[in-house]
Amino acid sequence: MSQQKDEFLERSKTFWNPNKTQFWQDAGVDLVIDRREDYHLYDMDGKRLIDVHLNGGTYNLGHRNAELLEVLNAGGRRFDMGNHHFPALARTALAEKLAECTPEGLQYTIYGAGGAEAIELAIKSARNATQKRKIVSIVKAYHGHSGLSVKAGDERFSKTFLSEDLLDEFVQVPFNDLSAMEDALKGRDVAAVIMETIPATYGFPMPHEGYLPEVKRLCERYDSLYIADEVQTGLMRTGSLWGITKYGVTPDIMVIGKGITGGMYPISCCVVNERAGQWLKQDGFAHMSTAGGAELGCIVAMKVLEITQRPEVASMVTYISDYVRAGLDEIRALYPDFFIGIRQNGVIMGLEFNDPEGAKPVMRHLYEHGVWAIFSTLDPSVLQFKPGILMTQEMCEEMLRRVEVAVGLAQREVFGETRRRVA
Amino acid sequence: MTESASVLIDITDSPAALNAQVGMVLERARWASQVYQRYDRDATLAITEAVARVAHSKAAEYAEWAVRETGFGVVEHKKLKNELSSLGLLDYYRNWDFVNPRIDEERKIIEIPRPAGVVFALAPSTNPVATVYFKVISALLTRNAIVFSPHPAALECCTDALDTLTAAAIEAGAPDGIIQVVRKPTVPLIEAYMGSDKTDVTLATGGSAMVRAAYSSSNPAIGVGPGNAPAFVDATADIKQAAQNLIESKSFDNSILCTNESVVITLQSVDDGLRRALKSAGAHMCSEEETDALRQYLFHERGFNVEAIGRDASWIASQAGFKISTRATVLVAPITKIGVDEALSREKLCPVLGYYVASSNDQAIAQARGLLRMSGAGHSASIHSQDAQAAIDFASAVETYRVVVNAPCSQGAAGFATNLPPSFTIGTGFYGRSSIGENIGPQHLLHWTKLAYNNDPAETMGDYTTTQVHHKGPLVKAPADGISGYGGGRSPQVAPQSSPVSQGAGSSQNISRDEIRQIIVEELRAALKA
Repeated sequence: MSQQKDEFLERSKTFWNPNKTQFWQDAGVDLVIDRREDYHLYDMDGKRLIDVHLNGGTYNLGHRNAELLEVLNAGGRRFDMGNHHFPALARTALAEKLAECTPEGLQYTIYGAGGAEAIELAIKSARNATQKRKIVSIVKAYHGHSGLSVKAGDERFSKTFLSEDLLDEFVQVPFNDLSAMEDALKGRDVAAVIMETIPATYGFPMPHEGYLPEVKRLCERYDSLYIADEVQTGLMRTGSLWGITKYGVTPDIMVIGKGITGGMYPISCCVVNERAGQWLKQDGFAHMSTAGGAELGCIVAMKVLEITQRPEVASMVTYISDYVRAGLDEIRALYPDFFIGIRQNGVIMGLEFNDPEGAKPVMRHLYEHGVWAIFSTLDPSVLQFKPGILMTQEMCEEMLRRVEVAVGLAQREVFGETRRRVA
Repeated sequence: MTESASVLIDITDSPAALNAQVGMVLERARWASQVYQRYDRDATLAITEAVARVAHSKAAEYAEWAVRETGFGVVEHKKLKNELSSLGLLDYYRNWDFVNPRIDEERKIIEIPRPAGVVFALAPSTNPVATVYFKVISALLTRNAIVFSPHPAALECCTDALDTLTAAAIEAGAPDGIIQVVRKPTVPLIEAYMGSDKTDVTLATGGSAMVRAAYSSSNPAIGVGPGNAPAFVDATADIKQAAQNLIESKSFDNSILCTNESVVITLQSVDDGLRRALKSAGAHMCSEEETDALRQYLFHERGFNVEAIGRDASWIASQAGFKISTRATVLVAPITKIGVDEALSREKLCPVLGYYVASSNDQAIAQARGLLRMSGAGHSASIHSQDAQAAIDFASAVETYRVVVNAPCSQGAAGFATNLPPSFTIGTGFYGRSSIGENIGPQHLLHWTKLAYNNDPAETMGDYTTTQVHHKGPLVKAPADGISGYGGGRSPQVAPQSSPVSQGAGSSQNISRDEIRQIIVEELRAALKA
């Protein structure tokens, strides 16, 4: 490590976040991201990493995507954030485009600045529409860190701040468990079920066949709304524009964040149907957000939607998911005792390792070998593996070459020298 | 709300947007080419055959469409060219193996074919669909992906043809994106494609400006220059046959092929007989006044009158202000000079043939060289002669890479009335500022990796007769959902070795190769007889 980086890390601990800064040093990931380009990150000491973390799909189209940078620069010559009290050109234009490309019935877009704010909006809208308070989510769910959103997630993030739900307004049921879901809903006192289409921070366990449509059916039966958290599953990451569409569910509310602005100028979107958006007709000033739907962000988001829906993109996502899967299967065949499973839908992948914390050494060895992927916070046996949707063949091959080496080293570290690679 | 109003900030014409869009198309092509290279020879041939069959079956439809859209050429000749560029082309190259290694025991060298990868192709408006067929089939035979930019004047017929061929290729199991079309070609877009480091080779057929741009792009390019073929009819020629060949060639698709004869050069002793024979074969011999009128009509200060390209003889005569017999298909214009001082000695993509009488064989050769100095260097020439020495003298003097003997030059140099490789992309080599001097074909879209053994006689070469290059075939579709690997999960799925490529549905597999060959031969004969 350079002296420069050493000094920087000290300043990071002094002025930013001592624990988090130290955590990564202890975890063997001494990364300080400096330059970034396409799917590459460059550490301040020059080390190059292929990014398959992408901040949960934020950099779905690559870092500093050239077209997004161009539209942001051009947009900056005309727009700024805008005034959130008034009808606004860019906010309305994006809302119109979202109404066109989101599932049937979703009509209005309510804007936030980040994902958690859009979750707040979804929960508030559902409560207003149903005049009920209860929210049902999944055990190990993750929806953000603000007042309501943090309560809908795992207590790991609310307890620290004494912000856990004490009024039993937030109920959590196990994922893929329909009878638990029905039990939670049948009192007819639930405003909404909120679901990540594939729970990310839990390591992408895949919904069982028919699970999500059945949850939606239960929502209809017991008069609650269905909120699809598409923050990590939207924007072609499953090969469909929205993951929820691929599962055949038409939600009442959809939450979009991260990748919608490609990491260039953040906004988030809560798209609601007529019922969930009632308050917009009754009292449009009931929620305000100065930075919500910043118009420069809207300009970028429109370009993201345009790029994402090009025919070349659908084709590339299919190639990437098939090719990377084939490569990972080959690697799995070499280390079958350690690398025990692959969860996948499109380029959303969770790699399962045969150790409760198995993804951590894999992450570290990947880092050493120039690939950045992160373990799942709520299930560290699983490595989140999230290639971008514009990855080239060359880069995928380069990445797999490095993954094979790193998984081998991680297996040796976890199991010792006794179990070697097959073949 | 208008499109531009709803976009608010339009960056589509910015270099960043242009390069990004081009890059996306080329990277998709790269994926397709990399997967296609996993296919074995049977799968490759099955895909190419499915495409060639569909192309052949639509030859007439696209011939008619191309003439309607561009105004160039003759429907029945374009139909023939489309047929020859589809099943005809496949038939010619079917026995060439572009997939498996070739072994040279004697030299102890093994060669493994390595496709270019991503081919960027341009098609001219004069031979639009035939060029599309030709380049697509050449790319598919050699396991390349191709991105096609049609000429704007022939955009609709080419785009439709490319969509048709793409559907057939995919149906037969080709990787997605193996053929892509530039649907709104513009000069900056084409330049971005040619200059992108994601393009492996540009296959340029078209105007000189485009070909030069391809060569200036910094990428490998195969481009061809213009023609201006001299046809020498010497004293030993079979006059009647020579005249028939000249008329067949000049009337073929109204002389739109760059291999057509520009000026026939003959000798005084042959002059009278050749004039008579040309007339009876269907030529209109122009008077001095008519020749002058043609010169005025065909050549403007800025060059050849494009309005006349691919038009028939009567139309051109009437535009020039004179009438000809309805059965005349070629206008023969006697000239007394060749060179910058005679416009009619320039390239003419229409059925107008210059006619020059030389005083000797040497003078004829000098005039032929002079003609090629105008344009057409490295391209084509023809000779009608029974004297082998005369033919070799002529051929070794003129600066072209093909000299057609006793055959129509349009068809002959393009490989349809000779045994040259069939091609509408004629390599004009170093004389013509091009990289290749042969008729371009699939063989130019790959290179070979050579395993070369120690030449010490003590070193024996391994046995390569039983080795094989592994062809994994198409990618296996990744599972989409509901799959969890908990507790050991499923056993890993590894791609099978064989390639499950479907036999192109609807293709009539029961037609034998001999039958196909027979159909082609008959088509060719019929056309040449016309």
